[in-house]
Amino acid sequence: MALEQGVTDIEQLKDHPALARLLAWRRDAVEKVRWDRNELSIWVDRGSIREACAVLRDDPTTQYNFLADITCVDWFPSAPRFEVIYHLLSMSRKERVRLKVALSGDDPNVESLMSLWPGADLFEREVFDLFGVRFQGHTNLRRIMMPEDWEGHPLRKDYPVEGYR
Amino acid sequence: MAHMNYVASLEPGADRTMILNMGPQHPSTHGVLRLLLEIDGEAVVRMMPDVGYLHTGIEKTYEAKFYQQCIPLADRMDYLAPFSNELGFCLAVEKLLGLEIPKRAVWMRVLLTELTRINSHLVWLGTHAMDIGAMTVFLYCFREREELLKIFEAIGGQRMFTSYFRVGGLAMEPPLGWFERVRKFIDAFPENVDEYEGLLTGNPIFINRLKGVGAMTAEQVAALGGSGPLLRASGVDWDLRRDMPYCGYENFQFRVPVEHGCDIWARYLVRVAELRESQKICKQALEGMPENGPIKADAPKIVLPDRERMKTQMESLIYHFKIVTEGFTVPAGEVYQAIESPRGEIGFYVVSDGTAKPYRVHVRAPSFANLQLLPSMCEGMLLADVVAAIGSIDIVLGDVDR
Repeated sequence: MALEQGVTDIEQLKDHPALARLLAWRRDAVEKVRWDRNELSIWVDRGSIREACAVLRDDPTTQYNFLADITCVDWFPSAPRFEVIYHLLSMSRKERVRLKVALSGDDPNVESLMSLWPGADLFEREVFDLFGVRFQGHTNLRRIMMPEDWEGHPLRKDYPVEGYR
Repeated sequence: MAHMNYVASLEPGADRTMILNMGPQHPSTHGVLRLLLEIDGEAVVRMMPDVGYLHTGIEKTYEAKFYQQCIPLADRMDYLAPFSNELGFCLAVEKLLGLEIPKRAVWMRVLLTELTRINSHLVWLGTHAMDIGAMTVFLYCFREREELLKIFEAIGGQRMFTSYFRVGGLAMEPPLGWFERVRKFIDAFPENVDEYEGLLTGNPIFINRLKGVGAMTAEQVAALGGSGPLLRASGVDWDLRRDMPYCGYENFQFRVPVEHGCDIWARYLVRVAELRESQKICKQALEGMPENGPIKADAPKIVLPDRERMKTQMESLIYHFKIVTEGFTVPAGEVYQAIESPRGEIGFYVVSDGTAKPYRVHVRAPSFANLQLLPSMCEGMLLADVVAAIGSIDIVLGDVDR
């Protein structure tokens, strides 16, 4: 189930530096935006997330130098099923932005950000472990929270809270 | 059996190295951190942390709980700084709800969050010094921490898992005489810090063990996701309390300690200076706190009514019954609320689908991100210094594994 609230019109939001930079870079990479509760979310095309992050990190108008967090939300049974969520922080501009990538339920995978921020390592491993999303280019994509031989991905919505008995 | 695979995946690179297993049961790993070390004599060639021993699935459990039931679970993640976690979660949900919190509650929250920072740093200081061989400091720190835990117990009924903050304010008024007790602690505290510093800051053994060890540049720390004191010890002047204020922190005057040494010694100096700054914030919070006034937001459908009103007014009784049995609904949406915990940026990403239970809660745990610094910090250093490096990132395994 999608959340439809706040401002979702690209034209109204295009003055926000992060969105402006991404639109100037590649307009077709921006799928959707939402401004809600003073937070900006930008849905980025699956294939462009790494490049989009690189643009936002290195451009002097955005300077999102800190990868605060990577996580995932499972919208089962809706499609697309997964949303991988990136929280970027610009320390010099004191601003945050949320990037999202929508992934389908069968074989969800997305490019790893390890080459941009080595700190993406554990976050991506956690998402892989608990949601089963694969990160291409991650050098050490193993389970981290669950035992190595665990079956299933516990944070998926079709995984019971009590586990399988 | 599964864990044998880990050993296999870190095979000795050359004939002269060997693999050493450290933890999960090891006093200096501050919990259940397991490290695989490839060592060449006394030098660490490679390191691989192995976590997950304390994974309790708190994020999954959240999805089956009402919002108010989530607060006790937040305590249990970073068990040394319970109020920071509670505050982060409450602020996130309040942001979703658009709630306005009365001033007295805000000031109480700042006071308690800073006390919890002192509490957490005291445990860090005591155990860190003990790891390095300075036994006495541990006893001094835990003397003060004991008083703090008693203060927490008086207000929340429990020493560590206080669960005192509520969505919309606080659980109840502090008991009689509580403020005097806090004031007494706060007034005496600078002398206590002098005492710790007297034992450590000029101590040549302590300095020699820490200075120039485990150095990391600001770029390295930021790229690896390190935050909080680790970042400030590498010369980055960044503190969420000052730079992206939340919960009324813009009304407080305090200094953000920054050191440029980048090593374990600098991290020690930053945290000790933070003890003093937290004491100042606590003092301001005590002085600026309104004498009386509401401690809960005016939102009868979200905040539980006072016991007195619940027992005398029909309407309050109905609200009480509904909140307790059905929870309160939160408008659909998503927020990311980050606060400065003693260990760095703790972020709560809460997604609501409009029901009384969160659709998804993710915690950006500072210890989890800070752990990534450890391998690059330790590679090339002596085995005996690994213990100091673990202490310097101030890890809490409950926070790492969640």
